[in-house]
Amino acid sequence: MKKPKPEEPKEVILESGIKVKPVYGPEDIQDLDFEKKIGQPGEYPFTRGIHPLMYCQRPWTMRQYSGFGTAKETNQRFKWLLEQGQTALNVAFDLPTQLGLDSDDPLAEEEVGRVGMAIDTLQDLEEAFADIPIEKISTSLTINPVASVMLAMYLAVAEKQGIPWDQVRGTTQNDILKEYIGRGTWIFPVEPSIRLIGDVVEFCSQNVPKFNPFSVCGYHIRESGATPVQEMAYAFEIAITYIQEVLKRGLGIDDFAGRIAFNFDIYGNLWEQVAKFRAGRRLWAKIVKERFNAQNPRSMTLRMIAGGGGGGLTVQQPENNIVRGAYYALISALSGTQTMALCSYDEAYTIPSKKAALISLRTMQILADEMGLRDTVDPVGGSYYIEWLTDEMEKKIEECMEKVENQGGMVKGIESGYIQGEVSRQAYIRERKIQSGEVTKIGVNKYVMKEEKTEVEYHPFNPEVAEEQRKKLKKIKAQRNENEVRQALAGLKKAAQSKENVMHPVLKAVKSYATLGEITRIFKEVFGEFREPIGL
Amino acid sequence: MKKKNSSGEKRIRVVIAKPGLDGHDTGAKVVAHALKDAGMEVIYTGLHRTIEEIVNTAVDEDADVIGLSIYSGAHLPLSKKLMDRLKEMGVTDKLVLVGGNIPQRDIEALKSYGVTEVFPVGARLDDIVEFIRKKAGLKK
Repeated sequence: MKKPKPEEPKEVILESGIKVKPVYGPEDIQDLDFEKKIGQPGEYPFTRGIHPLMYCQRPWTMRQYSGFGTAKETNQRFKWLLEQGQTALNVAFDLPTQLGLDSDDPLAEEEVGRVGMAIDTLQDLEEAFADIPIEKISTSLTINPVASVMLAMYLAVAEKQGIPWDQVRGTTQNDILKEYIGRGTWIFPVEPSIRLIGDVVEFCSQNVPKFNPFSVCGYHIRESGATPVQEMAYAFEIAITYIQEVLKRGLGIDDFAGRIAFNFDIYGNLWEQVAKFRAGRRLWAKIVKERFNAQNPRSMTLRMIAGGGGGGLTVQQPENNIVRGAYYALISALSGTQTMALCSYDEAYTIPSKKAALISLRTMQILADEMGLRDTVDPVGGSYYIEWLTDEMEKKIEECMEKVENQGGMVKGIESGYIQGEVSRQAYIRERKIQSGEVTKIGVNKYVMKEEKTEVEYHPFNPEVAEEQRKKLKKIKAQRNENEVRQALAGLKKAAQSKENVMHPVLKAVKSYATLGEITRIFKEVFGEFREPIGL
Repeated sequence: MKKKNSSGEKRIRVVIAKPGLDGHDTGAKVVAHALKDAGMEVIYTGLHRTIEEIVNTAVDEDADVIGLSIYSGAHLPLSKKLMDRLKEMGVTDKLVLVGGNIPQRDIEALKSYGVTEVFPVGARLDDIVEFIRKKAGLKK
């Protein structure tokens, strides 16, 4: 009998198209200039991290996404999360709120309070943050086309709590361009939407210096199917678009670049993701320094939340997602992120249960306190493979950015549907590979369990929430000073029609208890609505 | 009835629709790619469509199939509304498929509204293609 031949190693090609060898050595990184390409943590080009001591000094911020039903219910969950040791909040709004519709809008009918909390007026946000010391936490407001309105409401809440704006910390997601690519909560056409982002940046740089006015989300682009390289490249092209908008207003790059935040995804091949983040940090530093002539090193730092990982979770054998979450958290920690959040194990099919949310939080805490992730900075730095791969990823990201710029830039790419097409095709290719078994997903195409119990616990949806919310809206409309509301809205319309920054008029409107829907309608009248290209 | 094979045969026409406010369109687009690959004519409505708009598109486009994609949890009321609207307009010749984040326990209710078949997250693309070929082919 013949002895079976030893198996040839399988050819490894990463999602980003990079071919990986079985063994790496010094020869693979001999051309890499340590000082120029890797350097010290906290120093240009920041490959190893944006702070000299990173987690040795302070662990990453842990910020789970949450919010559902009414402001009161959400307020309870916020307090509970803070009691459990979470250090920041990430607010989920329902779809009508995210799209600037009031709870009594016919289009909102089935969606009030479903995937997040419903906000119609300032009163709702006041309730959501009741008895929560705003000056002690940082809050992420996950909202995009009407981020200006939600920021105004948050600042009004702070004011009512007696907290000066310069002590308010947080982030508005406020990244409209990625909404056109994935996630889909867009309202207005591209150009006026970018103007609104510029208004928020300008306003924050002058009035709310500790607030991140936007967070560019490669995350949702990746979740929509993009490769890790596309995720980074498109996010950078989006950020460049916003920077150009703000520079037009006469602000200097160093006036605001240090407040730019990013949001990236963590599922997929561990090494590829870690290299993606290290390459991204290096490339972003170079772009801000060389293209925009920033002088302040802080402007050049890629500040980010690396989290989520929803795209990697499976409906099948959902408890496996707890394990995936732990590995994704490891990716996030090795990436040198500032903030971490994890999709919970049940999030592939529902809003996380309390138990699932707690497991996610504990996963991150275990990593920070038990596993040595805070012992030394960038522990994978210097690995032949990681440094080689970081370099390869950087080249690929640059190539992908060039492709976008060659077809006319990000705005044109979105208006024509080019970017959406690239991403949806990639999603299709990946799904085909999973269904053919070429890409392994445990429980989906390998180790599948036939007798699997598929019924799981779903977040209960309370249809009474909508009724309650509509009643509340009616009441506040009856109580407010209509004259004041009308004047505020007229002032807002004038500002929107001119080049005036809309933030002050928006603030005036929210303080008069004008509704989110009323304010959005003014913008619609002036700006019109986005016409979606096919994008297949 | 047998499926015709002549080259002059009308291709199966599918409207892939995103009703309501939910913006998760990756699944809808992946299915659209798969149906196109299988030689079908796909009309994608884009996001934030009302049920009226979707039904009108399906009628105007002379679609054989309407595919609803819903991830927000509002699949029961939205599908009910669609089926009611079709009935109201006397449209009975269209297959209605629902996909997305659909719990097992809701499938029966959806079918009781008149939905032809449900393909929740995890459904195989080839199964969707085959199902449409078989059912829409039978109608012709």
